[in-house]
Amino acid sequence: MSETAGGLRIRGLRVVFDGFVAVDGVDLDVEPGDIRFLIGPNGAGKTTLVDAVTGLVKATGSARFGEQELLGRDVHRVARLGVGRTFQTAALFEELTVLQNLDIAAGAGRSPWTMLRRRGTVPDDVAQALETIGLTGRRDVLAGTLAHGQKQWLEIGMLLVQNARLLLLDEPVAGMSHEEREATGELLGKVASDRTVVVIEHDMDFLRRFARTVTVLHAGKVLSEGTVAQVQADPKVQEVYLGHTADAVAQGAEA
Amino acid sequence: MTNLSPRTRVWLGFGLGAVVLFAAAPALLTDFRLSLLAKYLCFAIVAVGIGLAWGRGGLLTLGQGVFFGLGGYAMAMHLKLADAGEGNMPDFMELYGQLDELPAWWAPFANPVFALAATVLLPMLVAFGLGSLVFRRRVRGAYFAILSQALAAAMVILLIGQQGTTGGTNGLTDIEGFFGYDLDDPVNQRMVYFIIAGVLLALLALTRQLMHSRYGELLVAVRDSENRVRFLGYNPANVKLVAYVVAAGMAGLAGALFVPAVGIISPALIGIVPSIEFVIGVAVGGRAALLGPVLGAVAVAWAKTALSERFPGTWTYLQGAMFVLVVAFLPGGLASLWGMVRRRRERQPDATVPADGDRVLVQEVAA
Repeated sequence: MSETAGGLRIRGLRVVFDGFVAVDGVDLDVEPGDIRFLIGPNGAGKTTLVDAVTGLVKATGSARFGEQELLGRDVHRVARLGVGRTFQTAALFEELTVLQNLDIAAGAGRSPWTMLRRRGTVPDDVAQALETIGLTGRRDVLAGTLAHGQKQWLEIGMLLVQNARLLLLDEPVAGMSHEEREATGELLGKVASDRTVVVIEHDMDFLRRFARTVTVLHAGKVLSEGTVAQVQADPKVQEVYLGHTADAVAQGAEA
Repeated sequence: MTNLSPRTRVWLGFGLGAVVLFAAAPALLTDFRLSLLAKYLCFAIVAVGIGLAWGRGGLLTLGQGVFFGLGGYAMAMHLKLADAGEGNMPDFMELYGQLDELPAWWAPFANPVFALAATVLLPMLVAFGLGSLVFRRRVRGAYFAILSQALAAAMVILLIGQQGTTGGTNGLTDIEGFFGYDLDDPVNQRMVYFIIAGVLLALLALTRQLMHSRYGELLVAVRDSENRVRFLGYNPANVKLVAYVVAAGMAGLAGALFVPAVGIISPALIGIVPSIEFVIGVAVGGRAALLGPVLGAVAVAWAKTALSERFPGTWTYLQGAMFVLVVAFLPGGLASLWGMVRRRRERQPDATVPADGDRVLVQEVAA
């Protein structure tokens, strides 16, 4: 137990939709400070796994973060235990400014009295997050008008001020330019130092550059796990990728 | 005009509103028109609440007539009891002659403090109960609207069915006094108008504070992306509940003030049709702005009186057409016109982004 304190520990996770088994008995351990990439062909159950951990879909088994069991709690209660996530398509409050987005993310524990007043000054953690994600100069811009990459960074910034200890990122670099990917990767490295990070990603080049460990899911089960080199050398992984979606590896090689 | 600070502009806005309501209108309008304006301002108070719940919170409150009615009936019950005098039953109960004594649930309304508190707290309590059930079960959008409508219909049926104790279809009529003042006296009618105008301004100030608070930002966030808010650790049900309960309290207060202004409260004034008309006023004026709902509610109510005086029978069609036009071509309502003109003018020299996040809201509010 001691080695997983603060880490994510999943045992026998199972998600069934109307008889279809999307996640089929997954065991997964992610240590604090790790950047774990979760890969696998479409339909492997990656996003469903994150949905289950964050309380969005019902699941059986166990998912503990630190001392706390996450399964069976409401979404907002899981979030308050320090679990934050992003989505494939950035889900920001587009009618609000960057600053307002971050301020809301930082405020789940605020008292009613604070809520009913205006924001006087920019809270320290919000200012710091603005700095980290490089959006200080754009803090009063409506979030809806940000560039695609900046939207994803803002999402990550919201997780930081939300004080999430476990970050679950669903395809954070999809649709980003090369420079934006680099910047995102560096951001992940900075963020991971005192947090646990799980990234769902299809981009193999990005994975090779920034993953510390990798778990391959296939048909709802863990197919392989280890460092990038170990996973790449695993014949089972090669079979799944080359056999079904050869483009995923090939695409990564040339990207 | 553009180089005034937001704060100055707000004070100017309230000052202007006070001058119009407290000086210009009483000086320019006849007693009859002023009492009509008093009635419109009651609708405007309901509209301020709808603007908060619907415009900012995305809750399509199609049943505000219920809360308006609860406030109105609470006030009217007290005034009827006061008119009848201590120990007597209201005139209509004597008339129908079914009852030997005052029903138990009428009795507390003889106390003015209880009745006044009830005009606001009763609607809020009902909204709290309903909202707790509905929002926690994640009833949203059209389903919420239909549920609100059903509640309005149910309340009307209940009132009509209990004619002996509620006055039935006629409602509570012929209200003569208002806490010791004779409502037939034009001076006292004027006083009622001033009270209503004062309450409207106070509620506008309260709503503005709410909209600009952190809660106001969170409410917009819930409106636009409820799930995202949930993943940040908030329970959106509670956020919506606050807006819904506040809007209900405002509708209740409006109903209570409507009674001395017009002298009657009846099922026809609080059912489905009036509930929809409240929303139409807000949509026409601009639901997300602070003043949009007020101007829309007054404009629509005024148009209804003016047009039905001249062309009786066509009003319903005009109202429908107006609603369709606004929804189709001006979703932000009349209030968004100002912002559109402004943005067009600003775009020419330099399409700058607002320097302060609140400016966007302020522009909307100032519109």
